[in-house]
This record gives sequence, C-alpha cells and structure tokens, in this order.
Amino acid sequence: MSDVKTQVAGNPLAGAIPDDNECSDCGRRDLLAKLGVGSLIVAAAGAGLFAYEFFSPNVLFEAPPIVKAGKPDQFPANSVTLDPQSGIYLINGSKGFYALGAICTHLGCLTAWKPDLDLIACPCHGSRFNREGIKVAGPAPQPLPWMKVWLSDDGYLMVDRSTTLKAPEYVKV
Amino acid sequence: MASISTTIKSEFERVRNSDVWRTIFRSGSGSSNLHRSQAVQQNIFLHLFSVKVRTRALDFSPTWYLGALTLSTFFILIATGILLMFYYHPSVPQAYADMKDLQFAVASGVFLRNLHRWSAHAMVFLVFAHMFKVFYRGAYRPPRQFNWVIGVFLLLITLLLSYTGYLLPWDQLAYWAVTVGSNIAKAVPLVGKQIRFLMLGGNEVNANALLRFYVLHCVILPLTAILLVGVHFWRIRKDGGLHVPEKKS
Repeated sequence: MSDVKTQVAGNPLAGAIPDDNECSDCGRRDLLAKLGVGSLIVAAAGAGLFAYEFFSPNVLFEAPPIVKAGKPDQFPANSVTLDPQSGIYLINGSKGFYALGAICTHLGCLTAWKPDLDLIACPCHGSRFNREGIKVAGPAPQPLPWMKVWLSDDGYLMVDRSTTLKAPEYVKV
Repeated sequence: MASISTTIKSEFERVRNSDVWRTIFRSGSGSSNLHRSQAVQQNIFLHLFSVKVRTRALDFSPTWYLGALTLSTFFILIATGILLMFYYHPSVPQAYADMKDLQFAVASGVFLRNLHRWSAHAMVFLVFAHMFKVFYRGAYRPPRQFNWVIGVFLLLITLLLSYTGYLLPWDQLAYWAVTVGSNIAKAVPLVGKQIRFLMLGGNEVNANALLRFYVLHCVILPLTAILLVGVHFWRIRKDGGLHVPEKKS
C-alpha cells in the first residue's frame, strides 16, 4: 500500500469545473450539456413506453364476453340462476328474462344467491343486492350491472358481459 | 491445556501470514487498532459496518435488536424460499398440487414451508416493531433522516413480498385475496385500470397473474430488498452509528 502515492494539491476539484467567467466556449459546452440531458430524457421516456408496451399483453386467453346461458325453459319462473363460470345471474322475472353481473362492485368477489333471504349476497365484505341488482346493504358503491340479453336464432339465451345496460331491458320468450 | 491452545494460536497465525491468506485478507496478522480496523474496512461485507461501536449500542435497550432480528428472518426467508423453489411450478395446473406435495410428499417440505410462512409473519411484525422503536426513540431525526426514508421503502417491499407470496399457493384464500387486492389497486384515480391490468397481466386473476407474482416474489422484490438493506446498513455507519440516547445519571 505504501508504494501508492497520492497528490492532492489544494482544491481537489480545481480544473475539473471551469469558472463561469473563464470559459471561452461556454455556449458550446452549454449546448452539449443540454443535448446530453435531452437525449437522456428521450431515452428514459422511450424506456418507459417500451416497458409499458412490453408488460401489457397483446393476446389474452380469457373467456369471451358473449356467453350462451341456456334454453329459456331451463330457468323456472321467478328464479335467479348463478353461473359461477361466467359470473352472471340469469333471472326469469315477471317482466321477462334479464342478466346481472355476479361480480361484486366493491372489490370483485363472486356473489351468491340466497333464496331464503331473496337477496344476492357477497361473502367478502357483506354487500347485499336485491334481484334487480340494487344494493340494499354493505360497502358496494354501485348496483350490479345489467347485461344485454337476447335470444339466438337456435333458441338460446345469450348474454354479452361486455355491455352494461343503462336502463332495464327484458327479453320476453 | 495451555500448550494445545498455544499450538492452535500459533498455527492460526501461520495460516494468517501465509501468501494465500494475505492475497485474500490484505491486513495480515496483528491485533493493533490499525490491523483490526483494516480487517473491517478491507472486507466487502464488513466494510458496511463501523470499525468501532459504542459498547452501549450493543446493549439490549437502545434497539431491542429489532433490526438484527428482522435481518435474521429475511435470511431465513431467502434460504427456505430458494429451497421451496425447487419443488414449486408457477403454473395454474401445478401450483396448488406442488404446494400440497411440499406439505405431504417432499422430505422436510412441510417444515420448510411452515418456516417460510412463519418467518414471513415474523418479519412483517418485526419490521413494524423496529419502525416503532426507531420512531419513539427519535432515531429517525437528523442525521438519520435518509435512512428512515430507506426504511419506509423497505417496509413497502416487505409488504409487497407478503402480498405477492400470498397468491402462490393458488388456493381459494390466495385467489380471492388477490382479486380483492388488485381491485383496490384499480381504485387509483385515472390510471387504476391500467395498474390492475399490468399487475395481473390481464383482466382476471389467472396464469399470467400467477407468473407475474412469482417473478416479483422470487426475483425483483428480493433483489431490491437486498440492495436497500445494504444501503440501510451502510448508512448506519455513515450517519455516525446507531442512535444511543444518553444514559440518565
């Protein structure tokens, strides 16, 4: 170690940074510094965009939004039927068929139909909805969504989970 | 007996003065203050720590050893976690079965899994206890403000490690906990939906989410934690050692 000699004369930074009033090419240095910082910003923004694009999958192997719920005669009058696979209720009400999303609007748990209470209940945080999807208790901020239902040409009730109806619509069979 | 210990001592001295030893540990033998401080300074692991500490800092009362205990649980988690990785596949058909195999079929599997789980709980508890201790002792105050900030990030990483590890057993509890957790992330204004989509790698908790949580849990978060723990310990030295309050006379 003793053969290493270090020489520090005065201010160790002397010469590394020219004083402002001494530099004859301040404009050039300034421009190059700005170009350097600017290119770093562009590169960082590009890296951010690249990361966002990379981590967003372009192809998903998820269930399609349109579900074949079943033939109308599978649903007895005045019944609420949950399909846990697709997360929808198919309800055969007095005005006709309609479908509600079964995913709780609070934090996404799958709700369940409680026939003895005549209510839809969420097991996670206790939200409860009536058979029109209106919240009657609990923390859910919104009613269960109404989904578009129609009768296919071959006589099946179809539900589109990607469309939410603004006003109730019933399918008469 | 005395002669045996002298023999061992002189033998150890001989090794310490050998060429091979000296290429690894530059300071060589000797017990002067200079030698001892060089032994610490010239070791990549030890140089994070101070060469000298106040004896009072080694007492139980200033720290309750909470930081050291947290580090110990972290080491246990790394060791058991790496072993668990040898039997766990982060895929939908296999994850739950692998977890059950670890409990019932793999030798010492249930011990390692439970040790991993209990250490995780203990680490969360100890991190909070450590932070309360630092807070009420006033050890976050200047010159240690920056180390407190690093500590806050380490708390967040600890919680994220717990959360990502929660999904991996792929049971009902895991599935719904992450469904709820990712919907909490969705409540972030403006970008909530994108955050959830990036988190899960899709719109539902599925194979992509399992793989993402696995990579975060086993690679990204532990590496970040190790890096920040290194800085955290080094900062103790840079900030003048552990905060030791004056003893009341």
